[in-house]
Amino acid sequence: MKDIVISVKEISKVFGDFTAVDKISFEVRKGEIFGFLGANGAGKTTAMRMLCGLSFPTHGSGTVAGFDIRKQSEEIKRNIGYMSQKFSLYNNLTVWENIRLFAGIYGLSKQETKQRAENIFKQLDFEKERNTLVASLPLGWKQKLSFSIATIHKPEIVFLDEPTGGVDPITRRQFWEMIYQASNEGTTIFVTTHYMDEAEYCSRVSIMVDGQIRALDTPANLKKLYNAESMDEVFRHLAREAKRGE
Amino acid sequence: MNAIEIENISKQFGKVKALDDVCLEVKEGECFGLIGPDGAGKTTLFRILTTLLSPDNGKASVNGFDVKRDYLEIRKCVGYMPGRFSLYQDLSVEENLEFFAALFNTKIKDSYSLIEPIYKQIEPFKTRRAGKLSGGMKQKLALCCALIHYPKVLFLDEPTTGVDAVSRSEFWDMLAGLKAKRITILVSTPYMDEASRCERIALCNEGKILTTNTPKNIVDGYNDELYAISADNMFELLSLSRKVKGVKECYPFGESHHLVVEKDFDKEYFANELNQIKNLQIKKASPSIEDMFIKLMKR
Repeated sequence: MKDIVISVKEISKVFGDFTAVDKISFEVRKGEIFGFLGANGAGKTTAMRMLCGLSFPTHGSGTVAGFDIRKQSEEIKRNIGYMSQKFSLYNNLTVWENIRLFAGIYGLSKQETKQRAENIFKQLDFEKERNTLVASLPLGWKQKLSFSIATIHKPEIVFLDEPTGGVDPITRRQFWEMIYQASNEGTTIFVTTHYMDEAEYCSRVSIMVDGQIRALDTPANLKKLYNAESMDEVFRHLAREAKRGE
Repeated sequence: MNAIEIENISKQFGKVKALDDVCLEVKEGECFGLIGPDGAGKTTLFRILTTLLSPDNGKASVNGFDVKRDYLEIRKCVGYMPGRFSLYQDLSVEENLEFFAALFNTKIKDSYSLIEPIYKQIEPFKTRRAGKLSGGMKQKLALCCALIHYPKVLFLDEPTTGVDAVSRSEFWDMLAGLKAKRITILVSTPYMDEASRCERIALCNEGKILTTNTPKNIVDGYNDELYAISADNMFELLSLSRKVKGVKECYPFGESHHLVVEKDFDKEYFANELNQIKNLQIKKASPSIEDMFIKLMKR
């Protein structure tokens, strides 16, 4: 099927005698906002690293953006965007220099770089900050800029690892509007969060417990299934079943 | 006597006003929450109160001792759990605990009754090096170490940040146990939903305190009319709602959007304006701490 952008079958990751990820299978469709939830230590980060081409599964197979997660990790890296929870732009470079650097890494031409930079300045209302050192931007602005830069090469999928941790309530919402916008334009969003209200914004949500995907559906269906009022309740219900510690 | 008194404290780093004329009082035995995002000044305030940093202006006292003059006294009677894990990674659980007990000239058994409910959970791993513990266990060990000298006042800087919803709730249960032992707790968090676990809270942002009160009084003080709206296409709903007359604001709020409206808002008119949207639902909503925070930030 053409519109499936992530598809994994029974992938596992074993470290010594510890099975961090235990035979997970799922598919993500183009343009979806896919929420990837789980308690600390449930195996989210390990799973996400395999999807991003940073680590190979011990068992199982899959594709991301049409590339094999075992054999084509370099192609995957070129075709996805990634934003980590830790701020990873260069603080000692200006906004424009950061854009130029990352555009260069992804192999964009001068022309394309200029054009995408203008779009970012316009979308974020950042024209004034073009030559500002990134270090002196407020946290919320940094996060929004990180997202724009993570998608500068127009990837099919962008992976967001707790993008809104510690961000104020207004900026957090502005950030989610950027996510909605990108998803509306066809970009697939794969996102982790500890804010359960944000789980409600996702098209579909998976919840990992002890290395396995214990639930996967739309927020509305999950709430129905677990007879819960909110995603917070659904999450608590499932995470309490966890047997292994972190 | 108040356990903590803060009068007009300011602290500036270069051009950044980390704390801007902050005033606050925390009563003895109270569990008081500082609620706000990164950059609100929470950590700077903790560092001043634990005498690790001097304020530029203003006065503050902890347990009756002045933070500048009586800093040695303060260090004896407060427990501090910084946001970043700062125990010794190469010492075992037990060794860390013994080390901190020795620093404070005390024995583990003297405060065992206090730490027991928490320590019991990590005791099976007492010979494991702290660096090899999981995040949740590190947090419990850090809390035990901060309590080893039976402090009068406990400072917890974002103990639940990056922690999942279930573990966060367990952590707050542990704090409730400490409160029962009459320890004053000042705790910070960026999660608005944790506000209800505190007796009183201060909402803070960019070095300023926006308001201080009980969680209930803060919510009761919200005087705008608020609706929860939803539809099939939530993104479209957001942008279209903002254009309708009588709507002050519309923002995502979990499974619905919150709609803040003017006095002359007419529900029928609103529904009519948005009649091209499928499955529009609109109902009254009760405000939460987060709605209040958003309102105060915009002021």
